[in-house]
Amino acid sequence: MTIPQGVSPVTPTPPTPVPVSSLQPAVFAAIDPSALVKLRARDVRIRYGARVAVRDVTLDVPEHSVMAFIGPSGCGKSTVLRCFDRMNDLIPGAVVEGTIELDGQDMYSRTVLPVEVRRKVGLVFQRPNPFPMSIYENVAYGPRRYGLKDKAQLDELVERSLHRAALWDEVKDDLRKKSGLALSGGQQQRLCIARTMATDPEVILMDEPCSALDPIATLKIEELIAQLKAEFTIVIVTHNMQQAARVSDRTAFFTLGEDRAGYLVELDDTLKIFTNPAFQLTEDYVSGRFG
Amino acid sequence: MTAPAKPLATAKPGLRARLDLPQRVTQLAAAMVIALVALILTFITWRGVQLFLQTATPVWQIFTVLWQPDPTSSRPVNFGLLPFIVGTLEIFIGAAIISAPLSVGLALFMAEVAPNWARRITQPSMEMFVGIPSVVYGFLGLTVLVPFLKDVLGFQFGQSMFAGQLVVAIMILPTITSLAYDAFKTVPAEMRSASLALGTTRWQAIRHVVLPAAASGVVTAIVMGMMRAAGEALAVALVVGGRAFITFDPRQPITTLTLGITADMGNTTPSEPWNMALWTMAAVLLLMSLGFVTIVRRLSGGRQVL
Amino acid sequence: MRRVLLADRLATALLWGVALFVVAILVAIIVHFVLASLPTFTLSFLVDEPVSEGIGGIGPLLFNSIYMLVLTMLFTIPLGVLGGIYMAEYAGENRFTNAIRLSQEVISSVPSIVVGLFGMTVFVIAFGWGFTAIGGALTMLVFNLPLLMRLCEQAIRAVPADERAASLALGSTKWQAIRHAVLPVAIPGIVTGIVLTAGRVFGEAAALLFVAGDAVPSNYDYTFISLFDPRSPWSLFHKGTTLSLYIWNMNTESMNSQKEVISAMSSMVLLVMVLLFNLSSRWLGRALQRRVSGL
Repeated sequence: MTIPQGVSPVTPTPPTPVPVSSLQPAVFAAIDPSALVKLRARDVRIRYGARVAVRDVTLDVPEHSVMAFIGPSGCGKSTVLRCFDRMNDLIPGAVVEGTIELDGQDMYSRTVLPVEVRRKVGLVFQRPNPFPMSIYENVAYGPRRYGLKDKAQLDELVERSLHRAALWDEVKDDLRKKSGLALSGGQQQRLCIARTMATDPEVILMDEPCSALDPIATLKIEELIAQLKAEFTIVIVTHNMQQAARVSDRTAFFTLGEDRAGYLVELDDTLKIFTNPAFQLTEDYVSGRFG
Repeated sequence: MTAPAKPLATAKPGLRARLDLPQRVTQLAAAMVIALVALILTFITWRGVQLFLQTATPVWQIFTVLWQPDPTSSRPVNFGLLPFIVGTLEIFIGAAIISAPLSVGLALFMAEVAPNWARRITQPSMEMFVGIPSVVYGFLGLTVLVPFLKDVLGFQFGQSMFAGQLVVAIMILPTITSLAYDAFKTVPAEMRSASLALGTTRWQAIRHVVLPAAASGVVTAIVMGMMRAAGEALAVALVVGGRAFITFDPRQPITTLTLGITADMGNTTPSEPWNMALWTMAAVLLLMSLGFVTIVRRLSGGRQVL
Repeated sequence: MRRVLLADRLATALLWGVALFVVAILVAIIVHFVLASLPTFTLSFLVDEPVSEGIGGIGPLLFNSIYMLVLTMLFTIPLGVLGGIYMAEYAGENRFTNAIRLSQEVISSVPSIVVGLFGMTVFVIAFGWGFTAIGGALTMLVFNLPLLMRLCEQAIRAVPADERAASLALGSTKWQAIRHAVLPVAIPGIVTGIVLTAGRVFGEAAALLFVAGDAVPSNYDYTFISLFDPRSPWSLFHKGTTLSLYIWNMNTESMNSQKEVISAMSSMVLLVMVLLFNLSSRWLGRALQRRVSGL
């Protein structure tokens, strides 16, 4: 996509190489040993007023990988996820402490506007939320707001995004007449993904994107995620452990501590988390003993 | 051996149960509104057409420009209601034009921009506003606004169309605001979040998602405000001047249907044509409000607004 | 990017400006009345009789306003609550229900002066009562009933379905479920609705102008108690000129040199009463809510 006038790209500082755990490359060819870190969180603590919701979160998300956040309900997975596009800013009283960086740049620094962050980091919500507009207008929404007016470019962008979201064939005939709300649940979610991709983000966050969908729609979206990895960095919160095992390269396991605050227990390659985790707590969760 | 099972239903349910007294009684109470409406419509219409039935006045005469109801005057009697109709139109359209931007803006503020403490101030303020009786607004207009318009802005009489429009605009402000606020609140929060997650500013989200989605609700709110404005009697009566003359100059005094009724109803007797003409005014007013109701119904697509 | 950020800032500033402006108007109105009435206000103003020249008092008018309020609510509350129960619990999707809804909308839209004319036709002329308090109350019933019905219906609908379901599951009749499970929970909302309606009734003038008259009352003998003799202030048939109508009278027919001061103080009294109604509806609603949910 051509960058519209007036948009100044954030220039990243030189990337830091990330050490990768020593696993059989045959099973985990995904992680390139010299992969760059796209998102970084250091000692992050999120609280609402005095109440701490999540604490002690330190993690790195390598570029072009899929990271899954798993854990029991209420342990703050979505809260942490939303830090990465500053959506917690919308909640009055929410305070994010610690460092959160995109390409080495502090997202929460005073000189960075939330709007800038959200243009580079997209979010797919738990329940599909297309606008009450036509399919075309839904996808074109982002680019239009960034100032793109040229009709030919918009048309091309919409088509490309719908292709990438594997939705094009199903909707190509009534792009402009059919409302986004008239699609099935699975289609709506793919529309939301297309809409997010049209803004050409670098990272796509997904907050339990399949929890409101049927198994077939879920499968389609999981296939999509596997393809999207090549162009984006993806972080997905999921309740479904099989899903996490299927789509992600690395997995972060969160749980609720005795102080009623969520915290990060273990972060590792997905295979390891599910077959040979380092912590008993993790083992209990993935084998279904709680949560 | 088990005892024979007792049948569930004994004989046919008694008269009392079949009558379902509570349902009938409450139904009767609810049905009263239908009776009241029917009565009002019948009465007012019947008295309204007396002018045409009992005197030789042709129907088209009420659409003429000259209002001359006094049989003792040297000029011929003519019951032209146009000055009143035009005046009413001028008041409610003018009031809506003045009030709508402020009301919708305030509603938008309360729904989208206001921090909690600000909402805790504006919401009760609107409720207070609504409660202020119209005579009080009229009195205020008469003692503060009219002298201001006359002495400071140089209006000829002070009492004028503009005074009426301004006073009524303030009166309908809380009505439009609370209805528009409800309309904005109806837009699901996920719409806003979706737009913001796509990297838009808050105003972009409001302008491109919230406003279009709430549009019909906002228009309904404004029409409801206009309806209130058209029916306003006492405040208008005190500040508008009462001159039965068609003008489009806001500085000039005008009259309205409600003012016409208020001013003369007490001075005329039911057998006079003058009195009958006042009832015709009431019928016209009734017709207007029915028109408003129809428009509001169309706009809100069946959802009950009132 | 710069442009949209600027637009966002401008729009935010504009909306704040509008809000401040509107609140300022309200404050200005209230301050104006306080300043205009406080210097000459005495407590005896509230009980003295009005005089044709000089300040006098608003005693009988305040009495009438309250009297009318009580009388109107006496009719409106039972009918409104019962009607609301019907609409919330018994009414189905049929012609009859649609007719009721349409009627509610139509009556709410009829200008109150037209309702007043209707009341005049029926009570003043047809029944031959002349200007009376009961005529005024019945006239106000006309447009208050749909309003209260609507508010009660909303309050009852707001009761969670579980309350109803639990009662029915235990074998109660529908009415028993309503009376013992639903209504108690709906009471706070109903009370709020009643108080709000009462506030409206208290300030009403246009509808009463032709039914209760705006003649200034005098020589109220409160010890003379009779329901039907029009000379008794307690009578249903006495002329029920209310405070709002008094303000109207002051500004249209009165020759009193103090009319502006009287009007200002009367308006102040009305404003205070309206404020009291508003505050008490909130406070009562919350207090009852707490009682009902056992907190």
